[in-house]
Amino acid sequence: MILGLGRQLARKGVLGINQRNADFILTHNPRSLYPRVDDKWLTKQLAVQAGMPVPELYAVVQIQHQVRRLAEQIRDYPDFVIKPACGAGGDGIVVVAGRMKTRYRKINGMLVDQGEMQHHVSNILSGMYSLGGRTDKALVEYRVQFDPVFERISYQGVPDVRIIVFRGIPVMSMVRLPTRLSDGKANLHQGAIGAGIDIATGQTLTAVWRNEIVTEHPDTGNEVSGIQVPFWDEQLRMAAQCHELTGLGYLGVDLVLDKEKGPLMLEMNARPGLNIQIANSAGLLPRLRLVEQHHEGLHDIDQRVVFAKEHFGFK
Amino acid sequence: MSKLHLYILAAVLTLVAIGTIAYKTLVLQFPLQPVADVDAWDVEVRVSFRGQQAPAKLSLYIPREDRLFATADEQFISRGYGVNTRKDEGNRRVVWSIRRAKGEQFLFYRATIRPIASTRETKVKRPEIKPPEAVDETQRLAIDAVLTDVRAHSADSETFVSEVIKRVSSPAPDGNVMSLLGRKTSIEDRIDMTVRLLAGAHIPARVVQGLRLQTYAQDAVFIPWLEAWYEDAWHGFDPVTGEPMEDQNLVSWWHGSNDLFEVSGGRNPKAKVTVRLNRESAMQGALWRGRELRPALLEFSVLGLPMETQAVYQILLVMPVGVFLLVVLRNVVGVKTFGTFMPVLIALAFRETHLLIGIVMFTLVVSLGLAIRFYLERLKLLLVPRLAAVLIVVLMLITLISIFSYQLGIYRGLSVALFPMVILTMTIERMSIVWEERGAVEALQQGIGSLVVAVCVYLIMNLESIQYFVFVFPESLLVLLAATLLLGRYTGYRLAEVMRFRALAGDGS
Repeated sequence: MILGLGRQLARKGVLGINQRNADFILTHNPRSLYPRVDDKWLTKQLAVQAGMPVPELYAVVQIQHQVRRLAEQIRDYPDFVIKPACGAGGDGIVVVAGRMKTRYRKINGMLVDQGEMQHHVSNILSGMYSLGGRTDKALVEYRVQFDPVFERISYQGVPDVRIIVFRGIPVMSMVRLPTRLSDGKANLHQGAIGAGIDIATGQTLTAVWRNEIVTEHPDTGNEVSGIQVPFWDEQLRMAAQCHELTGLGYLGVDLVLDKEKGPLMLEMNARPGLNIQIANSAGLLPRLRLVEQHHEGLHDIDQRVVFAKEHFGFK
Repeated sequence: MSKLHLYILAAVLTLVAIGTIAYKTLVLQFPLQPVADVDAWDVEVRVSFRGQQAPAKLSLYIPREDRLFATADEQFISRGYGVNTRKDEGNRRVVWSIRRAKGEQFLFYRATIRPIASTRETKVKRPEIKPPEAVDETQRLAIDAVLTDVRAHSADSETFVSEVIKRVSSPAPDGNVMSLLGRKTSIEDRIDMTVRLLAGAHIPARVVQGLRLQTYAQDAVFIPWLEAWYEDAWHGFDPVTGEPMEDQNLVSWWHGSNDLFEVSGGRNPKAKVTVRLNRESAMQGALWRGRELRPALLEFSVLGLPMETQAVYQILLVMPVGVFLLVVLRNVVGVKTFGTFMPVLIALAFRETHLLIGIVMFTLVVSLGLAIRFYLERLKLLLVPRLAAVLIVVLMLITLISIFSYQLGIYRGLSVALFPMVILTMTIERMSIVWEERGAVEALQQGIGSLVVAVCVYLIMNLESIQYFVFVFPESLLVLLAATLLLGRYTGYRLAEVMRFRALAGDGS
């Protein structure tokens, strides 16, 4: 049974973890370039240099001593996001939506006092959320006011668009929608929904929730497919540009849509997950092989985006 | 290109390993499997005497090096005695001494005696013949007469020795022998006489006292026999019949005609010897044989290392097998575990605690630790002090468990102390983070995954045949290395992934 299933998956060109690691990550992503995506502070600096729009950075906490000064630094911002610079998988991110006297209100409505907030930042600094437990930095940044386009199909939090970029060409994408289960976070393994996006048109396709294909948002009950993602071409161009930004051959780019500022690049991932295949009901492998054959003639960003829209549309 | 390179490397490693294993099995005759049913004998010598409120000393012969047997696990048991062993002329003795011996004294010597599979070819130099004690002319004439007579009746050294013994031990010896023996006609005296006669014929000979290894004997007695040197080796002879000895179950204890023990400062000394057959684990015996064999190649292998180092390697060498299984379980099956090699370390800990108790201990300590970790979370401690606090708590938990299990009479609990504490602490910490960030389901999944992998690894590492094979043929690790390298380029699906993507397999084409 399993063998038959495996053969079927292979026929559909589904990429497995082993093959992703061996054939794409190990061969196209030099280890030395990892810090550019693993350290979100560095990513942000690179993006700003290249003129790519990113959420504004309010403050960086690098050493324990600075934790106490943090409250003062962010006094003027009613809402913000605290995240570990080297966090993995969305762990350790706290989204503050407002204030109540001296307390902070998280997006799920829970109130957090100064002490708890400081403890959380200390935890981030001591490396609790970073890979391998190395000491980390905490970033405080602009909380994205998300575009109402996804309002009907997300539960709190910020939905984001994930685009897989191979050798500078966007090959597959999805929008990740927070649910009650994911606590407002947009990571699939935390329970968010992933809906595939047609690269050619920017319209949402089927969706995946906890490894299953779904058509409605589990919390709002609204249809998740057939929604037009705004600024689609611009998002494709930003994703394609990230290849130059980092030098990585195979990466996942996470973008968010702000109500006023348009698409912003949130972060990148050198080992993007494979669930995107379920969200799109399609395997990555045929697309990646196509890129391998054709990438040489495609130099500038526009050419690459055109190539992507031409070949990776949903038919 | 890199793939071809990898295949060649793997093939070379495999060939080297198979070649060495083939050499060892075909040429050196190493058994591929632990040889079953190895005999060993437990021997105990108990000496008792009555102390006289004065210094006492006991000197007891213990087994010397033997061609056919080896002695191991020697124990000298006494209360309040100083013990030391001595060696003189190849005989070994243990000397117990005490300043004041009061009342009945008991001293024990225990050892395990095992046959050596193939006899050691030790080159023995031709022994010197002790110049006979001053003999008067009549004795010399008698000796010459006996020897001339024997020479006429024998064909070679063997029959010569045989003849001499027969003549001396005969109940009705001829006049020459009779005059030589005089009034000393005990069996020991006759053997002594034989040695002297053989010395006259330039054949070195000696008296050997030994023990018959039998299934069970409570009052075993030492049997004297005679060994004569010819054709570059010692040959045993029955001291009464003069027949060459065929008996393979005699272990030599000491040479000479002294008594088994000597006591000074004690009265009424008695010795009791017990022999018991002990069918020991085949593994032990087989490894034992390997050690006694000692061909040149072995000297430069694990088997050439000292005993206690070997014991460590016996554990270390099976680790790669466990690690390989872990690679398969993670990369081919796709089991989720905490950390990369943690399950292997847990499995090693299970070796100390035994499986079931190990699992119970692991679950108990981790869940208690987790509860405490969640409590500490409320105190808002920084990471490193919190980890340290968890470590201290884990240590205390393990101590408590040991104390309780001891009080309840479950002795095994004590060995849990060898459980790698830091690993437990890290497990608790990682598990609590996963618990908080990804929910209890994921945390339990990974925890159970780790435990299941650890159990699998433990089971495979504890297979006797695997332990034996890896220990005797460490080069088999090269095959394992080759397979691991190949798995490093395995790009197929993981089993768990097939299940995860099964939604994709269903629809369409």
